[in-house]
Amino acid sequence: MAYIVKPVFTTSKMVSRIKKFFIQIGELSYFAGRFFKETFTLPFEFKELLRQCYHMGNRSLVLVVMTNFIIGLVLTLQSRPTMIQFGAVSMMPNMVGISIVREIGPVITALICAGRIASGIGAELGSMRVTEQIDAMEVSGTNPFKYLVVTRILATTLMIPFLVIFGDLIALYGSALVENLKGQVSFQLYFNTVFDALSFGDLIPATIKSFFLVL
Amino acid sequence: MPLIASKDLMEPKNDKGRKVVIRIEDLRKSFGSNQVLNGFNMVLHQGENLVVMGKSGSGKSVMIKCLVGLMTPDSGYIEVMGREIGALDRQNLDELRSDIGFLFQGSALYDSMTVRENLEFPMRRHKEKLGVVQDTTPLVVEALENVGPGHTMDLMPSELSGGMKRRVALARTLILKPKIILYDEPTSGLDPITAKEIIELMRSIQKKYNTSSLIITHDVDCARVISERMILLVDGINYADGTFSELSSSSDPKVEAFFKK
Repeated sequence: MAYIVKPVFTTSKMVSRIKKFFIQIGELSYFAGRFFKETFTLPFEFKELLRQCYHMGNRSLVLVVMTNFIIGLVLTLQSRPTMIQFGAVSMMPNMVGISIVREIGPVITALICAGRIASGIGAELGSMRVTEQIDAMEVSGTNPFKYLVVTRILATTLMIPFLVIFGDLIALYGSALVENLKGQVSFQLYFNTVFDALSFGDLIPATIKSFFLVL
Repeated sequence: MPLIASKDLMEPKNDKGRKVVIRIEDLRKSFGSNQVLNGFNMVLHQGENLVVMGKSGSGKSVMIKCLVGLMTPDSGYIEVMGREIGALDRQNLDELRSDIGFLFQGSALYDSMTVRENLEFPMRRHKEKLGVVQDTTPLVVEALENVGPGHTMDLMPSELSGGMKRRVALARTLILKPKIILYDEPTSGLDPITAKEIIELMRSIQKKYNTSSLIITHDVDCARVISERMILLVDGINYADGTFSELSSSSDPKVEAFFKK
């Protein structure tokens, strides 16, 4: 009995996938172009933007606080024994501070926000589309893209830096707590050491990076 | 074969010399290979209650969405109050839409807003037209009192019953004092008693504000009570046109099917 082995990727399938890929790129480019155009054209939806800023910040705050606190706590707990072995335990605040502010804080906060906020926005707008609320908005003379999409993207972009900075501080607090309990280092000494090790050159690029991580 | 020639609808016999507020000619719309509207024609006169009846999926909702510019037809001519929809830019379309009220099938109240905010929402862009400077409360109260549930002002839509939601949606439709009201399945999903109340409400609104109404429905009782004239939408065309009694006594099998109990 002869078996005919069908190829997994046929030429037509490949062509259709490539086509889909470029269509998606085109759609994303159109979306981005429309976003920038609508952002800078009147009328501005300031009230809705402020409302969304409050929602975006407020909705993600608890998750950002909990995750960053645990990250700071665990990072310190896990690296402490190794630092002791090398006699470098006094460098702990510097090591944790730099790693959190430069990389871990922005990445973790951006990931949480992307997951938490994006899924929330997706569900909300999807439900509004199905229940014809977006059509109702359009019929009442409001541009739904400007009112629903632009405000949400801007709110997320504006809130992320604040969440990152707040998340960094919470992570450092978690780390300081371990140092305080295990190494009898006061909070004041811990934070002084961290801030001595950091500069604005560490904070600003990391915060700017978080915009792009979320987008 | 349709019972009427499409172009006959342009000048119906019972128009009583009234002004035409909506004119649709040869409207075609398809989704992929599915041709939903296939040359639909219709006119609505000032102060008239016109019911468009058709099976589910026959293109009734598509037709009224094309009418307000929510969908773009493949071809055809749509004129509302003397202005061609396809030729209007965004600003002019929004201006025209303020004269058209649209009651959506599922009420379409904004979930995240209270009843008051839902009613205030359409006024954001049309305060000049309504002569409102700051306080919109009197207009909100008036619109709610017209439809009944004045006490619901500070409730969320999730706290309202289906009938209440429909009433609030009707109040939102009325708040801009439209000249034409489009009803998309106004009684769907409601119990017979509430449906009857909504129909009565629609009639009283029509009398009070002298609006022209286009009612999309497949509810025969609703059509009997409210219609001055009816169009049956079958296979994407206006298959039959006439009064309720004319159509309900027709012997055409396709027309008969709508009125059989």
